[in-house]
Amino acid sequence: MSDTLSSTTAAEAPPPPATRRIPALARLRDLALVPAIVTVAIVGYIVSPVFLRTDNIINVLQSMSEIAIVVLAETLVLITGKMDLSLESTFGLAPGIAAWLIVDPAVTHGLGLHAVPGALAIPLVLLTGALIGAFNGLLIVRFGLNGFIVTLGMLIVLRGLLTGISGGKTFFALPESMTYLGSASWLAVPASIWISLILFAVAVVVLGYTRAGRSLYAIGGNADAARAAGVRTDRVVWLTLIIAGTLAALAGLLISGRLASVTAAQGDGAIFQVFAAAVIGGVSLNGGKGTVFGAFTGVLLLFLIINVLTLAGVPAQWTNFLNGAVILVALVVSRVTGGKAQT
Amino acid sequence: MTYEEQPPLVEAVDIGKRFGSTVALDRAGITVRAGETHALVGRNGAGKSTLVDILTGLQAPDTGRVSFGGRAAPPLGDRDAWRRQVACVYQKSTIIGALTVAENLFLNRHDRGAGGLIRWRALRRSARELLATWSVDVDVDQPASALTVEQRQFVEIARALSFGARFIILDEPTAQLDGTGIARLFDRIRALRAQGVTFLFISHHLQEIYEICDVVTVFRDARHIVTAPVAELDRAALVAAMTGEDVSLAGDTYRPPPPADAAVRVVVRDLVTASGAGASFEARAGEVVGLAGGGSSGKFEVAEALVGLAKPAGGKVTVDGRTLRRGSVPDALAAGVGLVPQDRHRQGLVPLLSIAENVTMTVPGRIGRHGLISPARRDAIAHGFITDLAIKASGPHVPVSDLSGGNQQKVVMGRALAGDPKLLVLVTPTAGVDVRSKQTLLGVVEQVRERGNVVLIVSDELDDLRICDRVLVMVQGRIVREMPAGWRDNDLVAAMEGVDLDHV
Ligand SMILES: Nc1ncnc2c1ncn2[C@@H]1O[C@H](COP(=O)(O)OP(=O)(O)OP(=O)(O)O)[C@@H](O)[C@H]1O
Ligand SMILES: [Mg+2]
Repeated sequence: MSDTLSSTTAAEAPPPPATRRIPALARLRDLALVPAIVTVAIVGYIVSPVFLRTDNIINVLQSMSEIAIVVLAETLVLITGKMDLSLESTFGLAPGIAAWLIVDPAVTHGLGLHAVPGALAIPLVLLTGALIGAFNGLLIVRFGLNGFIVTLGMLIVLRGLLTGISGGKTFFALPESMTYLGSASWLAVPASIWISLILFAVAVVVLGYTRAGRSLYAIGGNADAARAAGVRTDRVVWLTLIIAGTLAALAGLLISGRLASVTAAQGDGAIFQVFAAAVIGGVSLNGGKGTVFGAFTGVLLLFLIINVLTLAGVPAQWTNFLNGAVILVALVVSRVTGGKAQT
Repeated sequence: MTYEEQPPLVEAVDIGKRFGSTVALDRAGITVRAGETHALVGRNGAGKSTLVDILTGLQAPDTGRVSFGGRAAPPLGDRDAWRRQVACVYQKSTIIGALTVAENLFLNRHDRGAGGLIRWRALRRSARELLATWSVDVDVDQPASALTVEQRQFVEIARALSFGARFIILDEPTAQLDGTGIARLFDRIRALRAQGVTFLFISHHLQEIYEICDVVTVFRDARHIVTAPVAELDRAALVAAMTGEDVSLAGDTYRPPPPADAAVRVVVRDLVTASGAGASFEARAGEVVGLAGGGSSGKFEVAEALVGLAKPAGGKVTVDGRTLRRGSVPDALAAGVGLVPQDRHRQGLVPLLSIAENVTMTVPGRIGRHGLISPARRDAIAHGFITDLAIKASGPHVPVSDLSGGNQQKVVMGRALAGDPKLLVLVTPTAGVDVRSKQTLLGVVEQVRERGNVVLIVSDELDDLRICDRVLVMVQGRIVREMPAGWRDNDLVAAMEGVDLDHV
C-alpha cells in the first residue's frame, strides 16, 4: 500500500479531527492540596487562634519532621514501582542498634554493650539503615522476590531484632552524639525541621532535574522501556532502597534524639501513616507517578488536621479513631481538589 | 573487493535462545554490512524480535556471539555502550505513559546545563522541533498516554532516529502507520541511508521490503533460511522461503454480494463521535463492510464509538433491532458485538493471563455453569482458536505476554470471535500478522459472514478491504464514497486521499 501512497506529501494531510487535549493539569497537580491546606488553616484558626502562632506552627513542623523524612523515603521507593514496608522498623532499629552498642549497662540496669565509642553513633545509625536497604535490594532485585512480601517479612524480623536486643525495654542515657540533632535548635528553629526541609528540597531537585531522578519515574512507569532507554534499572532500584533505608534511619535518629530514648516500639505502626501521607500527596502505589513536593503537602495536611483536632480538645482515647478517619478524609479531600482518582 | 573484506557492521553467529521449552532461535545468525538496508522477514514467531533483543543487548543469547565492526559486543550490563552501537524501535511499545511526550523523546539523555541539572525548557523546545520534522502535531507537555497509537509510534521512531546512531533497527515500524506516515518514514530512511546509516528493517508488508531494502534475510522456525539481495528473490520465492511451502497467495476470491433482500441486521444512524466525525450506514446479513480512510479520517473514532469504547456525541446503533447503550462495552457485548480494537495492548489483552483466559474473557457464559468456570471447556475453546487462527504457542496455558507480536494479535481476534458475534468489528485486524496468517484470519472472516453475520473491517490495508462487499471511504470525518467490491487499488487509494479519479 505504501508504494501507491508515497506520492502524497505530508502537507496535504488534513488536521486530525480534534483528538488533541487541553495541556494536562500535571504540573498544577503538585499544588492540588494547597486549597485543602488553606481550608484546614482557616478552620484551625476558627477553632483556636493559637493555631497560627509561630510556636504552634513550629510545633507542627517538628512533630511531623521525622515521619516526613520516612514519607520522603517511601515516596522514592513508590515512584520506582516498589514498596518498602520495613522502613518503620528501620526507623526504630537503626538508632536501637547504635544505642545497644554504645550505652553503658552500668548506667542502664544491664541494657547495652558499651562496645563502641559514642562518637560513632551517627555513622552507625546511617550504616545500619543502608545495610537494611541493601539487604532488601538483594532479595528484591537480585533474587527477584516480591517487594511487598520481602519488606513485610523484614518489618517483622527487624522489629523482633529490636525487641531482642533491648529485651523489650527502652534504651536511655543516650550519648550526646545521638541526641544532638533531634534536640538542637539552629536559628531558633529545631534542627530536625531544617534537616527535613533541606532533604525535601534536595529531593525535589534530584527527582525533578537530574537524569538519575528521572530514571526513577521511568522505571516505575515501565521498567522494560527504561531498560531499553539505557537506564540500569536494577542498580537504580537497589540504590533507591539503600537511600530509603538510610533516610528512615536518620529519621529514627532524630526522634530518638528528641525523646532522648529508643523504645522497643519506636516506629511501630507508622508505615500506615507514611503510606497515607504519600498517597494523599498524589504518589501512585503503582509507580511512576507523584512528586516529592506533593508528598510533602500530604504529610503537612495530615499533621495540620491532627493539630487542629488536638487544639479542639479531642480526648486522647479517640486519637486512633481520628488518625484513621483523618487519613480517609484527607484522601477524599485530595481526590476532590486534585480531580483525579488516587491509585 | 575491499568492501567484502571489511568486518561487517554487525554480525551475529550461531545464536541460540530458548524460553523454557520454546526454541526461539536455533543456531541462527545475521550479517549486516555497513551502509545497507537489510530486511529481516519470517512468519509470526520465527524469532525476529528475539534476535532484535539480542542485537540490542536486552537479552543474552544462550549460545553464539554478537560483534560490532569485528569487536565483541559490550557486556549486557553496560547499557550506554550498547546504545552507542545501535538504536532501535522495538515492536513492543517503549513509551512511558505517565511521562510527558517531551521526556519520552529524551529519556535518559535529557539536555543538561550547569551542575548536571536538566534544562526542561530546552528539552521541550528540542522535543517540539523534533516532532515538527515528522509533522506530528502534539503538545509535548501532555502525558504520553494521551497519544493515539500512530502518534505513539512516531514518537518511538523519532526518538530512535535522532540518536545519531550508525545502525538502527526497526521492528515492524509500519504496522500501525497509515500510508502517508509510511511515506514519511521511508523518506527519512532514504535520507539517513544517504548519510551512510545502516538499517535492519522488519516488516510483514513484503512490498515495503522491495521498496527500500537492499538485502533480505529470511528466518523460519527459529532458523536462518537464506540471505540474498532483494533483486534476486522475487515475491513468490520470498514467501516460499518464509513458509517452507510452495503456496500461491493469489486467492482472488470473488463472491457475489449478499442478496438485496437479505435482512438488515446492523443500522448505524447519524453516529457522531466526540471528535466530530460522523457516519451513517446499514449492513445486511452476511455482508462484509469496509470502513477505510487515512490516519486522520476519523474511521477509528467511529469504530470506537460504535462499539462503546468511546461515548458518542450523538446518533444510535442498532443490532438486530436492539439499540446499543451509548458508550457501554458490556451492552455492546450483550447485543452480540465482537471487537478487535486498534490498541491491542491496552484494550485487547491481559498480558499475564493465558491464551485460554484471554480468548474466553468476554464469554464467561460459554465456559461455565452456575457461575463456576470449567477449565476443560475453556481449554477446549482455546484449542479450537489456536488451530483455526494458526496461533504459534505450545498450548492454551501460555501467558499472552510470552507470544510474539503477531500471535498476540491472533489472540485478540480469537477473543472477538469467541462470543459468536452478530456484528464483528475488526480494527486493523491484520496489523503485524504474517502474509500466510493474514489469509487464515481473513478466511475466518469469511466463515463469520457465511453464518449470516455482519463484519465491519476498519482499516486502510488494501488486502483487508479486498474481501469486503463494499468499502465506505472516510475523509476528514465524513463518509464520502461507497465503493462496491471490484475496485482498483488506485481508485480506492485516491478516494482515501480525498481525490475522485472518476470525476477529475
Ligand atoms: N519472553 C518469552 N517467554 C517465552 N517465550 C517467548 C518469549 N519471547 C518470545 N517467545 C517465543 O519465542 C518465539 C519467537 O518470538 P519472536 O517474538 O522473536 O517472534 P517474531 O518473529 O518477532 O514474530 P512476530 O512477527 O509475530 O513479531 C515465539 O514462539 C514466542 O512465543
Ligand atoms: Mg516480532
